[in-house]
Amino acid sequence: MIEATGLTKRYGDSYAIQDLTFTVRPGIVTGFLGPNGAGKSTTMRLILGLDAPTRGSVSVNGRPYAAHRTPLREVGALLESRAAHPGRSAYHHLLALAQSNGIPRSRVREVIDAVGLDRVANRRAGRFSLGMTQRLGIATALLGDPHTLILDEPLNGLDTEGIRWVRGLLRDLAAEGRTVFVSSHLMTEMALTADHVVVIGRGRLIADTSLDRLLADSGHGSLEEAFLALTAGAAEFRTSTAEGENR
Amino acid sequence: MNVVLAELTKFRSVASTAWSLLSAAGLIVGFGILYAMVRVSHPLTEGSSFDAVAVSLAGVQVAQLAVGVLGVLVITNEYANGLIRTTLAAVPRRTPVLRSKAVVLAAVTFALSLPAVVGAFLAGQSVLSAKHLDTSLAEPGVARALVGGAGYLALVALLGLGLGTLLRHTAGGVAAVFGVLLGPQMLAGFLPASLADDVYGWLPSPAGLAVTNLGPDPALLSPWAGAAVFSLYVAIVLGAGAWRLRRRDA
Repeated sequence: MIEATGLTKRYGDSYAIQDLTFTVRPGIVTGFLGPNGAGKSTTMRLILGLDAPTRGSVSVNGRPYAAHRTPLREVGALLESRAAHPGRSAYHHLLALAQSNGIPRSRVREVIDAVGLDRVANRRAGRFSLGMTQRLGIATALLGDPHTLILDEPLNGLDTEGIRWVRGLLRDLAAEGRTVFVSSHLMTEMALTADHVVVIGRGRLIADTSLDRLLADSGHGSLEEAFLALTAGAAEFRTSTAEGENR
Repeated sequence: MNVVLAELTKFRSVASTAWSLLSAAGLIVGFGILYAMVRVSHPLTEGSSFDAVAVSLAGVQVAQLAVGVLGVLVITNEYANGLIRTTLAAVPRRTPVLRSKAVVLAAVTFALSLPAVVGAFLAGQSVLSAKHLDTSLAEPGVARALVGGAGYLALVALLGLGLGTLLRHTAGGVAAVFGVLLGPQMLAGFLPASLADDVYGWLPSPAGLAVTNLGPDPALLSPWAGAAVFSLYVAIVLGAGAWRLRRRDA
């Protein structure tokens, strides 16, 4: 469970996010959607206590993130795909993280196998393809067998097989009763994976509703069209073609 | 303790740490031998002071740059590739990360520098013995100078870690380490001679190296006073780094 209340972050004069209030519930996949620059990554950094909010608060499993003694056992996160030392092997990257939270060494092997990196576990992360790096990031998120998962663009760089695997993984994790909060730009993929969506634009909440209700209310046949209609006024960059399709 | 283990795993699982430490050890021994050979082939004129220990420890002043860079890299590496966010998400109290990095860095640097310094001393003395200029480990103050030399290098590594944590950038951190270790002595040269003499012993590097000095040198602080002053500088920089790490967005 993730609960944000009036969450606001200002950098200098401009607000990255403003007055966001939403709840991410366990047992379902919640998609976190918004155009580029809407504030999705900022929101995720605030949830993880990496950046301090200007106003408002956010809690994970009932407490601020930083109040968890071994947070990896509570919350697994995938932030940026390239967040590993290029000279360190995938195994040692995961081992160090496991040790910092008292997670047994055997679990490192488990997650490496689970994401399909067993053959390259001892290879330096700098020589990984984008898809392998993304799998390493997902392994990092799964390491502590956490009840809550926060994944920023987990599909980036994955091939068809990888995308299908992540879709199944997210649905399985939710079915086990976990909280799954996932951002993505791929609307067709989100339409297949998410039960609920939180949509933001220019740092403000635009929608917080079930996927079915969103589609029904908007009168659009697809999540993609519904999303473009919702965020029409909020996009920083939009080509004339997209505007045209939007009308 | 968990975080110390984690930082030890990180420290030993990248090649750059081994290369930095090996090059530091090589510089300590290599320059010690080289400088001893220079002294043997170019004997000093009568009456000038000669410190056989200082000659064989000349490499420490070169190796300090390698060790300082290592200290910077231990933290700025994580900022360079975004790993710092993963690290701080795993340890949200943050200061244990810096403390554990400091423990691992200082312990490993000291453990590798000490044999290198002792090796440089023994090799240097055997070179100097050709002209009967050598001294022995049993002479008063020699053991202190050798242990102190290795301790100085461990402190320089911590200085690098502190500056790297403050600046969050490899190039800036490296420039700052070089600046702190080498710059003040150059600036002191512009001061009037009487003032420069008073100030010199308090500068970071001369203060830290006083512990390796055996001869009576009026320009330097006493060995332990110098070590205390240098430790204080390092503690201030590390403290400032810890404050920034805790207070600023990652």
